[in-house]
Amino acid sequence: MTAENNQPLLSVRNLRIEFPTRRGTLVAVDDISFDIAPGEILGVVGESGAGKSLTGAAIIGLLEPPGRIAQGEILLEGRRIDDLPYEEIRRIRGRQIGAIFQDPLTSLNPLYSVSRQLTETIQTHLSMNERQARERALELLEEVGIPGASERIDHYPHQFSGGMRQRVVIALALCAEPRLIIADEPTTALDVSIQAQIISLLKRLCNDHGTAVMLVTHDMGVIAEAADRVAVMYSGRIAEIGPVQEVVRAAKHPYTHGLMGSIPHIGHHVDQLTQIEGSMPRLQEIPPGCPFNPRCEQVSERCYVERPNLQVAEKSEVACHLFDAPGLEVRAGD
Amino acid sequence: MIAFLVRRLLQAIAVMAVVAFCAFFMFQFVGDPVNQMVAEDATEEDRQYLRESLGLNDPIPVQFAKFALNAAQGNYGISYQHKRPVAALILERMPATLELAITAAVIAALLGVPAGVYTGLRRFGFTSKLIMTLSLIGISLPTFLIGILLIYLFAVILGWLPSFGRGEVTHLGAWETNFLSISGIKSLILPAITLALFQMTFIMRLIRSEMLEVLRTDFIKFARARGLHNRAINYGHALKNTLVPVITIIGLQLGSLIAFAIITETVFQWPGMGQLFLQAVQVVDIPIMSAYLIMIAFFFVVINLIVDMLYYVVDPRLRIDQPGGGGGHG
Ligand SMILES: Nc1ncnc2c1ncn2[C@@H]1O[C@H](COP(=O)(O)OP(=O)(O)OP(=O)(O)O)[C@@H](O)[C@H]1O
Ligand SMILES: [Mg+2]
Repeated sequence: MTAENNQPLLSVRNLRIEFPTRRGTLVAVDDISFDIAPGEILGVVGESGAGKSLTGAAIIGLLEPPGRIAQGEILLEGRRIDDLPYEEIRRIRGRQIGAIFQDPLTSLNPLYSVSRQLTETIQTHLSMNERQARERALELLEEVGIPGASERIDHYPHQFSGGMRQRVVIALALCAEPRLIIADEPTTALDVSIQAQIISLLKRLCNDHGTAVMLVTHDMGVIAEAADRVAVMYSGRIAEIGPVQEVVRAAKHPYTHGLMGSIPHIGHHVDQLTQIEGSMPRLQEIPPGCPFNPRCEQVSERCYVERPNLQVAEKSEVACHLFDAPGLEVRAGD
Repeated sequence: MIAFLVRRLLQAIAVMAVVAFCAFFMFQFVGDPVNQMVAEDATEEDRQYLRESLGLNDPIPVQFAKFALNAAQGNYGISYQHKRPVAALILERMPATLELAITAAVIAALLGVPAGVYTGLRRFGFTSKLIMTLSLIGISLPTFLIGILLIYLFAVILGWLPSFGRGEVTHLGAWETNFLSISGIKSLILPAITLALFQMTFIMRLIRSEMLEVLRTDFIKFARARGLHNRAINYGHALKNTLVPVITIIGLQLGSLIAFAIITETVFQWPGMGQLFLQAVQVVDIPIMSAYLIMIAFFFVVINLIVDMLYYVVDPRLRIDQPGGGGGHG
């Protein structure tokens, strides 16, 4: 699925997220733009601290102070939502944009039964009475594959296993049929054996309901399995974004290359396991020019002075000076 | 649930037995009661007679057995000083102390809980900071000083409220209450506030820090992400999760309110058990002292039991995971 044929569901324009500190302002997300089409699954990858979670939090208006959106805008179906008053953004959360977080063990309130948490969420957004809400809750639990849902519905979170709890969390996120779900590492905290199940469940449900997903993950396997497009983030910027086959099979940005190199099981044979030397710079130490320049094997003088902007390269977009001159092919495809 | 209750009851009985033993030992080690009870010029025979009639010549285990048996039946002997049954003396004084302590607890909870929630939610607001600063005073000033300051302000300078005593009390059977007359209520205000102040600031600070803790949790973040109303998040989800520690503390505090009412009762000449106890200490009236000790321990134990049962009501995790707690959960 591509974003070209109609209006994007979500559009992030030049988003910049800052943390004012005593020793100057830290820029955690720096001028990123991307779109998500209706029903599309956009994978977001990148090292720890790249700004993935902050971007997700900014979209649903849950940035925690002192973090703030310093620049840019976020549009949902063409309507600006980053500057809405609290009550309006609250109504969007859960109803239009849902969210799933990393740890299902701690995402549910331990003191309330699953049915209480589901019906509360349903009744917040949809005009249903207690009985209708409970029926819907039951349907949702069945839909996310909880065996014996009609008994389990009155159980408390601690009576469910981690995988089952994440299913409940997904049911909660889907309560009011949002158009977009932000899933921030939804399987990282789970047992490896359960991760694949949860991802395919998420994928199936979103397909059935036409829900788009921003799927943040560290797992390139998950991306290859579930995503339609991928955004690769580095130091608060988008290094590369494009269709999943393109980015995984024919990575353009040297950083993406390195990332893909460390994933052996994506279907096509990788003959050299590239490891990227060094680590991502801390926010205070992001160098001028391209933030990847200290680690890049193909660095040139320009990379130290001029920041590369995202530009079209074949079917994806890349922020790398290697792709400035048209026709210059580097490493791609070997 | 039943197994849990039985276990807790056995623990409670054990605690009470230990306390009773301590109370009993006071008789052995603190002064010779006979000296307090007889005239200066009493003969040795008079003394012996008194000893015999008080059972002070029996072997110690027998004395303890008698003591424990009597205590369990509410019979604590005759006060040396008042020459009346201790149980009757304490029962007379108990309503005054209980009404004072409960009023103080209600004031402390009614003001402390909302103040704690407020300062927890508006951490950076001016009002919150003001409340927090004021609460430092409440926590650091000693009770008697607060009492004296309140008396000075409201009784001496303003003349609004009485400075001592229970005022006019109404008899409800054996129970004398402050609540049914204007004068009784007015008399209750200053001592209750004095007693409540420390507990109130304590509860407030506790709830505040618990709220801050809970508001950082993932399930609150997820509740926000689901678009729940703020009210539902703050009170339904966050506050409820602070309840387990808060119930514990408030429960224990209620016990100490009763125990530490002594100071407040002294400052306000409140005719409660604390005052009775203090007078008993001055004249080494051991039956009263030991009965008071047992009473206070009993209150603590009962409150603890109630607190434990409230956990069950609040926290579903205890209802199921505890061995023997499964059974009737629905
Ligand atoms: N309150 C804060 N104050 C200062 N810096 C912050 C704060 N919160 C986050 N950051 C910084 O913002 C950057 C991006 O954080 P973010 O949580 O978005 O990373 P991420 O890509 O989700 O990483 P991970 O994969 O570990 O979840 C990090 O460098 C982090 O240190
Ligand atoms: Mg993250």
